[in-house]
Amino acid sequence: MVEHRRFGNLLPHLVLLTGVAIVAFPVYLAIIASTHDNTVIANGQMPLYPGTHGLETYWNTIVSGTGKTTREPVGGMMLNSLIMALGIAAGKIAISIISAYAIVFFSFPFRMTAFWTIFITLMLPVEVRIFPTYKITSDLHLLDSYSGLILPLIASATATLLFRQFFMTVPKELVEASKMDGAGPIRFFFDTLLPLSVTNIAALFVILFIYGWNQYLWPLLITTRDNMQTIVIGIKKIIDVHDALTEWSVAMATAVLAMLPPVAVVVLMQRLFVKGLIETEK
Amino acid sequence: MANVTLRNVRKAYPNGFEAIKGIDFDVGDGQFCVLVGPSGCGKSTLLRMVAGLETITSGEIDIGGRVVNQIEPADRDIAMVFQNYALYPHMSVYNNMAYGLRNRGMPKPEIDTRVQESARILELSAMLDRRPGQLSGGQRQRVAMGRAIVRQPKVFLFDEPLSNLDAKLRIAMRVEIRKLQRRLNTTSIYVTHDQLEAMTLADILVVMNGGQVEQIGNPLDVYKKPATTFVATFIGAPPMNLMPARHASLNIPGAADGVIGIRPEDLEIANQGTPEGALPFELTVAAVEHVGAETYIYGMRPQQGDADTISARPGEPPPGEILVRVPGQDAPAIGEKIRVLAPRERLHVFGEGGRKRIEL
Repeated sequence: MVEHRRFGNLLPHLVLLTGVAIVAFPVYLAIIASTHDNTVIANGQMPLYPGTHGLETYWNTIVSGTGKTTREPVGGMMLNSLIMALGIAAGKIAISIISAYAIVFFSFPFRMTAFWTIFITLMLPVEVRIFPTYKITSDLHLLDSYSGLILPLIASATATLLFRQFFMTVPKELVEASKMDGAGPIRFFFDTLLPLSVTNIAALFVILFIYGWNQYLWPLLITTRDNMQTIVIGIKKIIDVHDALTEWSVAMATAVLAMLPPVAVVVLMQRLFVKGLIETEK
Repeated sequence: MANVTLRNVRKAYPNGFEAIKGIDFDVGDGQFCVLVGPSGCGKSTLLRMVAGLETITSGEIDIGGRVVNQIEPADRDIAMVFQNYALYPHMSVYNNMAYGLRNRGMPKPEIDTRVQESARILELSAMLDRRPGQLSGGQRQRVAMGRAIVRQPKVFLFDEPLSNLDAKLRIAMRVEIRKLQRRLNTTSIYVTHDQLEAMTLADILVVMNGGQVEQIGNPLDVYKKPATTFVATFIGAPPMNLMPARHASLNIPGAADGVIGIRPEDLEIANQGTPEGALPFELTVAAVEHVGAETYIYGMRPQQGDADTISARPGEPPPGEILVRVPGQDAPAIGEKIRVLAPRERLHVFGEGGRKRIEL
């Protein structure tokens, strides 16, 4: 029996460890590759142990561009990506929480029409409406600007839906008690609804930040100046060089750097995220 | 401190359903008014109309000499205790109580004085820093009351405040609410479906059914002289026995098609003799319930005449059944035949299909 149990525990662990290895190995490889000299990788010898050029590569990648290519320092790209991701996440949360508030707590003509209109935009992501969106953005002279990167992406049916579902679980009596306590719609929103939504907001922020950070197609279309590039596009550009050797160590360093902010967000928000899942009181 | 007066108050919903069909009553300064009725009778709707949470279709609601029909809930100078307490879960007990005062721009020292005073009255002083989630049901109930009393409003409104508590706590809180109301001497309107709560708390009892008032009065008067068969069966537990008047050979003008009623405790077991005017019933014992201090005997009457009996509503004894409530634990065996007497002066007679009480 004991033997059997031990085996029973062993097998799941083996499966899980294999899974972790499969997922983690490429990441490990990227980190290793970023610490070696460019020529080592270019020779086709991919070592599995850390090299000695780590600090140098990262310094070059982040701060200085190199002479050989027109590559911008990755530090600038990270800043662009950060501004875009934060803008998209904050904008999406702000807009969707306000529209969900209107849909759930106010009765106005065509309320359900408004809701369904928001709902069907689920079927219209940027990829589908890319030409009209580009046209509008360019007509508004928003190309190569942070506003142009952020604004077309901040409408979010998913987040609106999520907040709507949450708001509908808020007891009606809480709204009425606020009314009796002399709190108008704005007070109720900021004093009661927003504090109750903190965990939901945190969970959404994690998802939306990563969504914003990973944007590729839209920034590719509307940014033409090198100093407006985001890091995801930067990686692609570093790999895609003509008439020269790809700087694999730099590319790998950029990839590792591109991973860090999303990881940081997940780690920092994890406590709130889990709290949002286990906390039941409303 | 204020009167609350309702004048021909009506509520109709857009779909045509009439929830409140013209209600008039007056609650005097400092009185405790209880609205009681079965679920769906409109009592909560009426309370919410007084609170300003529902619009008034027609008629007037007057609080302290001011018609409040068009006045916002926050400006009516009332406070409400909700059934599920509706405490702000993210605020401490202190802030739950202080919130309404802050929104009214009251200076901080005065808020503090009031909250501390209310907390002292409700024995909440030790838990002012806790969140509602860390409190028991009874404590939450107290916080909800505290939130009402710090405001020092003209009127308290209670919407079934005790129905989420267990039976023991409910009785304790019932007594406490009554004490508190007497101490603060604030006009109160209290909604409940529990007739016992209604009887024990009320100065004025308003019995409602189907959006209308069945009877208004002092609880004991309502108990002693119910105006309709609905009130007769709703107030008092176990409920009054009812039967068609033609089954009993009584000579009462206007009651030929009416209903007669007798409370279970007014029936006497007597195997011989019929005093002047008393109504005898021959019963076969169908069931016996021992409550401890008293015993409920369920007896079946033999069907008489065409055996046409009035139909029973939910919660009423089935036709032909008579409930006898006797003190002590002695009870006849099941299947035994007993004879009970209903003294004439204890009979209730209702004419016009049970809508009108006829005084004997």
